[in-house]
Amino acid sequence: MNGWRRSGRGAKLRLVASLEAQEAAVLRGLVGEIRQMLAVRTGENPSDELTVLTGLRTGPPSKPDDRVLARLLPDFSTDDADLAAGLRSLHEPALIEAKDSAASVVLNTLPESGGRVELTPDQADAWLIALNDVRLALGTALDVSEDMPEELPPDDPRAAHIGVYHWLTFVQDALVQSRMQVR
Amino acid sequence: MSAPLPAPTRQVDPDIAEDAVAETPWQAVVWNDPVNLMSYVTYVLQKLFGYPEPKATALMLDVHHKGKAAVSSGDKEKIETDVAKLHAAGLWATMQRI
Repeated sequence: MNGWRRSGRGAKLRLVASLEAQEAAVLRGLVGEIRQMLAVRTGENPSDELTVLTGLRTGPPSKPDDRVLARLLPDFSTDDADLAAGLRSLHEPALIEAKDSAASVVLNTLPESGGRVELTPDQADAWLIALNDVRLALGTALDVSEDMPEELPPDDPRAAHIGVYHWLTFVQDALVQSRMQVR
Repeated sequence: MSAPLPAPTRQVDPDIAEDAVAETPWQAVVWNDPVNLMSYVTYVLQKLFGYPEPKATALMLDVHHKGKAAVSSGDKEKIETDVAKLHAAGLWATMQRI
């Protein structure tokens, strides 16, 4: 993966990259893990008669205990617990759906064995969201900080994963730069 | 006949002040985060709010250097929607009264 380039123009404009088989496997695997985490959270939604009758989805009122999920699904308010709970119930199902939909776009446009990826601008926006979600999850799990070095000491248990995190950062940043030039 | 009573002066009707507050009582705040890329935050602010690049960049730099920045303001419903959109983009955002 050497970055993204533009191909075509107008309605045929695409953002194009080429991923190695291993790169595709890593990205597909991480995106799939995010989807699974979100699906488990959705499974915890309260289901009452009103929900069944009206079809209105309601999410749980409380923040996820898991800190990775909590970062993916933030509170609406830090100083008003009632507001945060009410808005979480109201908005969380749609937020999870949006993240799931972005993840699907990646899985549908990235060949399992790697190779050429061609994205419309809308698909590129979905990729940006999914890449960001994967980086949020990995960054939270690895306790990434702003002054994180490129490489960690070999005895650091995070050393093996930080390379993947930095690679995802490169893929996302390169896609943002390309995407900003095509409006 | 009675003379009209003078208007009570001790209880000033606060209509105007309340209306002014009611128009923009909430703001969406984006918080600094070690993961989100500066380029991506700028792009999201342009895309979601239609801000020109210099304004989006200035807000992103405020988030980066000051730890947070108010990126939009308006009535509660609008700000709720704005925060939901920021969450969907993966930014760490909350809403608060101004």
